[in-house]
Amino acid sequence: MSEQTNFYSQSPGSAEIASRFPDLHPAFDKTAAVTEAHRCLYCFDAPCTAACPTHIDVPRFIKKIASDNLEGSAKTILDANILGASCSRACPVEVLCEGACVMHRYNKQPIEIGRLQRFAMDVLHESGAPLPFSPGKDTGKSVALIGGGPASLACAAELRRRGIRAEIFDARPLPGGLNTYGIAEYKLPLAESLREIDLLSQLGVEFRFNTTVDAAQLAALEASHNAVFLGLGLGAIHRLGIAGEETAGVTNALDYIAGYKSGEITSAPQRVAVIGAGNTAIDAANAAVRLGAREVHMVYRRGPEQMSAFAFEYEHAKQEGVKFLWHVMPIGLKGTDKVEALELVKLETTSDGSLVPKAGEEFSLPVDLIVLAIGQATHTEFLVAEGKASTVKLERGRILIDRATGQTSSPKYFAGGDCTNGGREVVDAVADGKRAGIGIAAWLEGQDANA
Amino acid sequence: MPTLETTFAGIKCLNPFWLASAPPTNCGEQIMRAFDAGWGGAVWKTIGEPITNVSSRYSSIDWNGQKMMGFNNIELISDRPIEVNLREIAEVKRRYPKHVVIASLMVESKRETWHDIVQRAEDAGADGLELNFGCPHGMSERGMGSAVGQVPEYCEQITGWVKEKARTPVIVKLTPNISDIRIPARAAKRGGADALSAINTINSITSIDLDTLEPRPMVDGKSSHGGYCGPAVKPIALNMVQQVMSDPDAALPMSGIGGIGTWQDAAEFILLGSGTVQVCTAAMHYGYRIVEDMADGLQAWMRRKGYETLDDFRGLSLPKVREWKHLNLNYKVVAHIHESKCIGCDLCYTACWDGAHQCIHLDRTLPAPDHTRTPDMVAAESRGRISTTPIPKLDIDGAGVDGPYRTPLSRIPRVDEVECVGCNLCSLVCPVPECITMERIDTGLPPQTWEERVAAGIVPQNAGDAGNPNL
Repeated sequence: MSEQTNFYSQSPGSAEIASRFPDLHPAFDKTAAVTEAHRCLYCFDAPCTAACPTHIDVPRFIKKIASDNLEGSAKTILDANILGASCSRACPVEVLCEGACVMHRYNKQPIEIGRLQRFAMDVLHESGAPLPFSPGKDTGKSVALIGGGPASLACAAELRRRGIRAEIFDARPLPGGLNTYGIAEYKLPLAESLREIDLLSQLGVEFRFNTTVDAAQLAALEASHNAVFLGLGLGAIHRLGIAGEETAGVTNALDYIAGYKSGEITSAPQRVAVIGAGNTAIDAANAAVRLGAREVHMVYRRGPEQMSAFAFEYEHAKQEGVKFLWHVMPIGLKGTDKVEALELVKLETTSDGSLVPKAGEEFSLPVDLIVLAIGQATHTEFLVAEGKASTVKLERGRILIDRATGQTSSPKYFAGGDCTNGGREVVDAVADGKRAGIGIAAWLEGQDANA
Repeated sequence: MPTLETTFAGIKCLNPFWLASAPPTNCGEQIMRAFDAGWGGAVWKTIGEPITNVSSRYSSIDWNGQKMMGFNNIELISDRPIEVNLREIAEVKRRYPKHVVIASLMVESKRETWHDIVQRAEDAGADGLELNFGCPHGMSERGMGSAVGQVPEYCEQITGWVKEKARTPVIVKLTPNISDIRIPARAAKRGGADALSAINTINSITSIDLDTLEPRPMVDGKSSHGGYCGPAVKPIALNMVQQVMSDPDAALPMSGIGGIGTWQDAAEFILLGSGTVQVCTAAMHYGYRIVEDMADGLQAWMRRKGYETLDDFRGLSLPKVREWKHLNLNYKVVAHIHESKCIGCDLCYTACWDGAHQCIHLDRTLPAPDHTRTPDMVAAESRGRISTTPIPKLDIDGAGVDGPYRTPLSRIPRVDEVECVGCNLCSLVCPVPECITMERIDTGLPPQTWEERVAAGIVPQNAGDAGNPNL
């Protein structure tokens, strides 16, 4: 059976990290939450709900906070989004529910939906109450879920509520994937991710840790389960492709973030360069500042208008004191035993729009640590190995699915999350997983009907 | 500059703002501070044989986060000795001769007792007397307060006793806990009252504690019906003031009471005929300082409207309140949604479908108007749509990342002006000022009332009228 069900107690925890990464958006207390809840206009067919990938009925859960029906509020959230607690902290609400709030056009102050959602979920967690759902009556069916991130967790919850066995396989020692290891600690602490999964495991979700599924194992799981859900996420961060990348002092953003979140990294050297300008790059740069670096540069080959990070993340990084080097490209590393400097060249845009180095504009940035954050590769190759090419179809490494059901081109395989969408947010993965869970249950029912 | 000075039943007033007989006028020290804050007058907390009060005494209704929208008390009249109250009245009048002090009185229903208290109050220097025939709790069980106000004969008789003795104006305070307030008002007038004040508090149970199942305010596990007041009662008070002031057999100088807390409230009571207004709950909530804006705001409004004195607009709205049968049935308005102001909350839409006449639709982006789509169908469409977080590098068009926060056309409702009955509901629920306006439609028909239709034989006299003693 499942290996164990109290992940929260296994949280590595570090007082040092906790003190350096306090909540970016502090929790509401009850008075503040109720006051804010009363501001909500209770829109019909609310735009916030439509904007939420999991379609949480936002006005409904907010009105339940106002009416002091906090159990009902939490249930409303969880019914739509089983990871409502992490999403309340990790979601880029500025471009989702709060971005859609009609208050932008009313008094210019959107309702603080994220903080209200966190309040409702915190109250549930602190009450020690179980999830307000029970497993469905056992159907005798089982699904193997590859990857233990938000997509698989959401899918597993839907399956369990429908009486289908859900067995999650994950390469790491703890569940949650990027939800646990990859989100800036000041947004979603590692321990909070685990606490939420503890609740989920009450539904009878089974976990197999430290297990990397290869093609052979996948074939075995396909044979032993009624369906397979692929929630693989993305793979390793791209390499720069320049000499010296193996030198000590060069790391990547995912390892760096996972390292400090699990307490293995508790300080940063004096000078840090983060290469890339996405949201993950910003998380890494902010982390370096908070871990004590004196000077943190973000290095990007284009300008601020082209950076893929959200505008509010860019603003946050500036406030943290991160410096930006725009229109430059790394061309080399200095340092023998350990990295000492990053060699850069300024870029210019040619008439056809391509970026080319400016002759004679090379310069050197002294650094003690380089963090690469230039996007993740896919790791779906094993799916197409050994004659499986015709079954699960890929496109540029992403698994192709039917968006409504999560079904791949191979009927027994479903998929969701970053491995299908190229890398979006936790909430997108949850929405994918939820649709796939419902899709799998419907497909299995259809199989029975046909049989 | 308009003046707020006025004369009420012969009493000169610096302004029409009086504190009602209640905890804010419990003692001289309070009333002197109130006068310093700008109140023109105060009706002393009702004087009579001292009583014993309970603990606790107040409860309230909060609404959507706003405190004390309605307020309730089970406190009785003054618990201080009569002579202490009278001594302090004399002191206040000595130090504030231009401010109005009214002695509110309540004693047992004996002629000599009333004569005695009237004499003593006037000797102390009161500018007028208010007879408390309205207190709905406690005192009424002892044959006083509303027990008097609810029986027109008692009301007339006691007013008469007081008038035999009184040298200052006598104001009778009316209870609303009666089916037709004009009846006791007429009785007071017959008894010789110089003025009326209305309304006193309304019988109420404000709420029940859902843990203990005890009503509030709780006294050792039990409660008692109390007197309701505060913003929630203003519409009831305005109606009763209008009823009295439109009745020639009842109308007297009126001191309006009930939920007044702003200059707008005061203006409304004066427009329905009040000469002064009395305030309690708002002062208990925010303190005496509220009178500054009541005076300032009322004066500014008078200046904008061109009124020099309170008399210039007193009662101007009375002729505009008519019986329903006198309303023009050929007058028609329809809702108009100003698209540029619409924020897309669609509260008007859901209100019209569930609470009105199903004539607002969300079909502007459909190929053709569709009045058959129900709210459930609209909402189901949104729920069925797959949404994702906008990520610029993944979304080629990059739409929606930073706004622009314009209301999408699909969320701006359309009013079917043919079906719209002009009920106002949408404009009332709309949170945006001036976004939904009610626009007059020319029906091409001359004004016509129900009464005129009946008289013209267009509609039959309602068969149900026969035998109904209320008609």
